Amino acid sequence: MRLAFFADIHANRQAFTACLDAARARGAERFIFLGDYVGYGADPEWTVETVMGLVEQGALAVRGNHDNAIGSSAESMNAEAQAAIEWTRGRLSAPERKFLSELPLTREEDDRLYVHSEASQAAKWRYVRSAADAGRSLIATEAHVTFCGHIHRPALYSMSATGKMTSFVPISGVGVQLLSGRRWLAVLGSVGQPRDGDPAAAFAMFDTVSREITLCRVPYDVDTAAQRIRDNGLPPMLADRLFVGR
Amino acid sequence: MAKFVVEPGADIDGFTLGECVHRGGMATLWSVSRDDIAVPLLMKIPRVSEGEDPAAIVSFEMEQMILPKLKGSHVPHCYAAGDFARQAYVVIERVPGETLYRRLGDLPLPYEEARVIALKIADALSDLHRHNVIHHDIKPSSIMFRPSGEAVLIDFGLSHHNQLPDLLQEEFRVPYGTAPYMAPERLLGVRDDPRSDLFSLGVLLYFFTTGVRPFGESETMAGMRRRLWRDPYPPCQLESDYPPWLQEIVLRCLEIDPVWRYPTASQLAFELSHPDQIKLTARSERLKRDPLSTVWRRRFNGNPIQERGKSAVAAQLAASPIVAVAIDVAEGSNELNDALRVTAERLLKTSPSARLACLNVLKLARVAIDRTLDEEGNNKHVGRLVTLKHWAAPLKLDESRLTTHVLESVDPAGAILAFAEANHVDHIVIGARQSSLVRTLLGSTSAKVATEAPCTVTVVRPPRQATEASKGEEPPDDRSLPAI
Repeated sequence: MRLAFFADIHANRQAFTACLDAARARGAERFIFLGDYVGYGADPEWTVETVMGLVEQGALAVRGNHDNAIGSSAESMNAEAQAAIEWTRGRLSAPERKFLSELPLTREEDDRLYVHSEASQAAKWRYVRSAADAGRSLIATEAHVTFCGHIHRPALYSMSATGKMTSFVPISGVGVQLLSGRRWLAVLGSVGQPRDGDPAAAFAMFDTVSREITLCRVPYDVDTAAQRIRDNGLPPMLADRLFVGR
Repeated sequence: MAKFVVEPGADIDGFTLGECVHRGGMATLWSVSRDDIAVPLLMKIPRVSEGEDPAAIVSFEMEQMILPKLKGSHVPHCYAAGDFARQAYVVIERVPGETLYRRLGDLPLPYEEARVIALKIADALSDLHRHNVIHHDIKPSSIMFRPSGEAVLIDFGLSHHNQLPDLLQEEFRVPYGTAPYMAPERLLGVRDDPRSDLFSLGVLLYFFTTGVRPFGESETMAGMRRRLWRDPYPPCQLESDYPPWLQEIVLRCLEIDPVWRYPTASQLAFELSHPDQIKLTARSERLKRDPLSTVWRRRFNGNPIQERGKSAVAAQLAASPIVAVAIDVAEGSNELNDALRVTAERLLKTSPSARLACLNVLKLARVAIDRTLDEEGNNKHVGRLVTLKHWAAPLKLDESRLTTHVLESVDPAGAILAFAEANHVDHIVIGARQSSLVRTLLGSTSAKVATEAPCTVTVVRPPRQATEASKGEEPPDDRSLPAI
């Protein structure tokens, strides 16, 4: 089965639409959402409704820290993120807020684990920045492959049978077979707010038969997404960074 | 899940095991067959039992990842790969014949034979590097030849794929490989430079032409590290009749800093194809190793290899293209030739490691046996070469980046295409024929080249004004038709 993974959509309707279309064109049979549907972007209602609709049709979704912040003021965030969350909170309907707050922190399927951040303590929202972070996450779980997001920069880590780690920045469009002799942690790039220097939206495909993961980058209408952020009075810096992917 | 029993007659995922043809330190090789595959096959099964070297597993994983991504005649075709969850294996085409290792008893080989072997290996490396793969274990036992003559590279267990995770990168602190052939930068942990393979090929060529390994056979880290500062004896010290062009090639491949080697395997192959055009430098005349003062400076004054950031293999190859310019020497082609030079100059400016091959086709009559001397008794071939050199002179290119070639053929386009194919040309620059009458009668050379070339083709026309002036009595509607 071909799975399509989306992380850190952040209410960017234009980017999310482009990624959904691209995933369908690549034959995606199932969608997996790795959290942070809202925050930063200007289309939280549409984004959450779209995810809710897809979940009803069988997609899987987990909760991210921005989704958590909608229902809990305890999440600590920088000023721009906080401003966006407060604005978002007022936009979402009660059922949408309830959907976000009830999402699980992790989902498991076959030998795969889906989680927003580092998996050893998912509720602490720790970033996977290095092979050491990835190692901590992999040791804490049983899954053969873990898929996460949160840091907005794609990476692929592996742990050999003897506990040695490798790290790698995947090349867009080049499939990597996740060999079964080692365990893997795939950190996805962000759909709605890439921060690896490439402004194109990121998602990933995984084929459960060939065990090949492919990072995909999709150009999208950044101008409209940025204009929507400005028009809605959100911090302009959130619009500016979309153009440079930082 | 049950593991398979590995023995003759066993069935593994539809493959029937035949005899075990090789038991190596890292893996065993079995001849296998499957009804729907007609070619002879080999199954490679890693040694993964308790107490085996973990390197065997990791290098097998690398082969599992890399082999299915490779294509072409210079690698064995991969038919299937089995995972460690049940039985790890790869099934590849069984290339007939022996590896180059079998020739070790015949060393040293005649220079010409060694040149042809090295050329075939360089061709294969050029193709492999274009697939973003660095072999990292070039040595006689990893090289075979197809009946058609092409070299086939085998054993990718130590290879680096520039677009896949490098499982060996962080696995072992000691560089893995075959000590006598290992490039010096490998000892510093560099695994992403395709020029490491050119160093290994240089070792092989030195060994095959002198019978001596340039850096000995030491397998200790200290012994291997000597090559970071100590250069080998120049081959001519071992063989008094060693051709200077061959010493130039060998010592350039063996440069300590990859920056001083050939920029690409294609460019090395180009030199090996045209030994008469190799620009000889001080390397070719060297009679002794570097003086101790130089060796000490390399050893104690920090890193002898320039630090460089991570580089993409593809970008490195793209920065060092082989550009071929087809030049017409007929009367009245001055404007066109000037325009060709302007275009060539632009290309060379953007890629400082590019090299330029200037081509001219000496057209032979289809039936008559051609005389290579013209009516005045001058050698046409030499005349054309002089013209090509004259054309290239204003470019002020270093001789090591410039070659001139007169191709003799009844079919100019075919000759240019064959040259491009054989020499890994990345970019052909060719002029559009001006006279519509000739074009109509003979067909357009540039059109055929542009349509059939294996690489990028730029078709050049003179600037508009020059065209108008030289057009003379050409029908006015001609310019509206594309010439290709």
